[in-house]
Amino acid sequence: MAKISYREALNQALVEEMTRDDRVFIMGEEVGYFGGAFKVTDGLLATFGEKRVRDTPISELSIVGAGIGAAMAGLKPVVELMTVNFGLLAMDQIVNHAAKIHYMFGGQAKVPIVIRAPQGGGHQLGAQHSQSLESYFLHCPGLRVVIPATAADAKGLLKTAIRQEDPVIFLEHESLYGMKSEVPEGEHLVPFGVANVVRPGKDVTIITYAKCLYDSMRAAEALENEGIDAEVIDLRTLNPLDLNKCVESVKKTGKAIMVYEGWRTGGAGAEVAAQLYEACFDDLDAPIERIATRDTPMPYNAKLERAALPSPSDIVKVAERLV
Amino acid sequence: MALERDKLTAERALLTLGESELLELYRRMTLIRRFEDRTAEMYARGKITGFCHLYAGEEAVAAGSIYALYDKDYVVSTYREHGHCLAKGAPPRNVMAELFGKETGISKGRGGSMHLFDPNMRFMGGYAIVGGGLPLAVGLGLSIAYKEEPEVVCCFFGDGALPQGAFHESLNMASLWKLPVIFICENNFYGMGTLVQNAICQQELYRFAEPYKMPGVRVDGMDVLEVYQATLEAAARAREGDGPSLIEAVTYRFRGHSMSDPAEYRSKREERIWQERDPIKNLRRRLLRERRVPESRLEAIELEVNAVIDEAVRFADESPEPPISELTKNVYVEQSERQG
Repeated sequence: MAKISYREALNQALVEEMTRDDRVFIMGEEVGYFGGAFKVTDGLLATFGEKRVRDTPISELSIVGAGIGAAMAGLKPVVELMTVNFGLLAMDQIVNHAAKIHYMFGGQAKVPIVIRAPQGGGHQLGAQHSQSLESYFLHCPGLRVVIPATAADAKGLLKTAIRQEDPVIFLEHESLYGMKSEVPEGEHLVPFGVANVVRPGKDVTIITYAKCLYDSMRAAEALENEGIDAEVIDLRTLNPLDLNKCVESVKKTGKAIMVYEGWRTGGAGAEVAAQLYEACFDDLDAPIERIATRDTPMPYNAKLERAALPSPSDIVKVAERLV
Repeated sequence: MALERDKLTAERALLTLGESELLELYRRMTLIRRFEDRTAEMYARGKITGFCHLYAGEEAVAAGSIYALYDKDYVVSTYREHGHCLAKGAPPRNVMAELFGKETGISKGRGGSMHLFDPNMRFMGGYAIVGGGLPLAVGLGLSIAYKEEPEVVCCFFGDGALPQGAFHESLNMASLWKLPVIFICENNFYGMGTLVQNAICQQELYRFAEPYKMPGVRVDGMDVLEVYQATLEAAARAREGDGPSLIEAVTYRFRGHSMSDPAEYRSKREERIWQERDPIKNLRRRLLRERRVPESRLEAIELEVNAVIDEAVRFADESPEPPISELTKNVYVEQSERQG
């Protein structure tokens, strides 16, 4: 297996799907000549031409809306929002249109659009460029929410997203683009709704996704030195959610920690925790803990930003207290 | 309010259209009016609930513009879309059943008055966010260009949509990419209860075409032939690959914004003036005087339309409601564990 970066994995997925299906096209700000703000679509314009790699004006609402219209007419648009922060301008089209059209027209229309958006903090980009907004989309029925942590999952999940028929919000943590990992060669598809037990353990369950997977793994290594055996689960998709795998783990460990980069209040981890309480309250030895971004706009100052984001040492401290 | 009526446009249409075509326009407008009258009646009886925005008074816009299109052309509309949906050819009985919230409704009772949809007629939906349909129309136009098809998209919206960002973004994008979209602004002077002059700095709405480098025309929206001719020209342009157009159709809704609005912000005198310009009476007069159509032919159409709508109401009333067991059906195309 070849080691490639998360960015290259996404690029490969796009190339393969565009080659396989000529209904697939890319649209977004700077996706063509610039090669993507994070270079995910680099080289695609040269390969596929302007028709299939379309640079757009800075009009997030209408970029997404046009993608929805094109999808209703049978195309398979992959729309790139330069970051999820700008995607807030498109929330009307995402929530009021993409998520509703199949249902409110009695199942007669489909919106097979993939909306890719980089997100996340940690680069001193300040309050308006550092958000993790997965819970905004998770809250709304009708949207699939995909949030891969590894290069292999980035590729396999993006290919699945493009092939299925529902609107998909595909969130990419900006810190992950350069991270390399092994990606299976040839056709590689990862199904939605299947969490990955990245590290089996018996003492405490850490449930996480995206960049926080790496913080959780570092914490698990530190905990191992103290004789605490943590199980780490990467959810990979938030909708559909693989609750069963989380329940199985909690039945074994009796303790659970949610680690996520959205704000603590109303975050995706809060929802998973609520579902775990409903599903396996009697198996829990302690209340479920949440480690997330502090409830504050992101500060610019590096020390303050580090303090706002979840860290491996936060996870270690909470795990020590629980076990 | 002075209308810049293009008499030539209407007369050109009158000359090009044969008698049977003019009668078809008359039939479509009469059908919409009758549908809306019976809808108001059914609303008063509690058979129809929720928000319901009637199109009475504006029939010439839907009938005239859509008559200039082919069956495979797309139409995108708003929450005041009964007229557009019927003019595009949707079966009245299924539209009425939708208003009744029935399983036989055109959106299976899940949409209601504001969310009609008919894939067979390429009526691509009524949307209830002001301006929300415009970006979708751009996307449909993009799909036509992508697939190199000969179709056009006709996108309806009210004067209330012009101050929305979606309007400006969509006109820019459609013009930039020369997409086959006809933007039709139904200017009925009020966004809900707010006069156009209290909401938009430029009251000659068709002039918004100019900064977006597309033709913009104002037509008398109470004259079905003017609307028809203007749309025909815009559609020809779009099919030639010359891009979008903006048509401002000046019109008037005879009823309030919705069923719960008595329209107290308008004077009775103003309403009377516009009722005298009723688009259906207008065409009826011309058919009788200028085309010497016997009145009995018009009466036959009226009777036929009444029968169709009576049957639609009966069908809607007798149809079953959707089963509660299917509450969460169609939240997703591809089902999984999480059904919401």
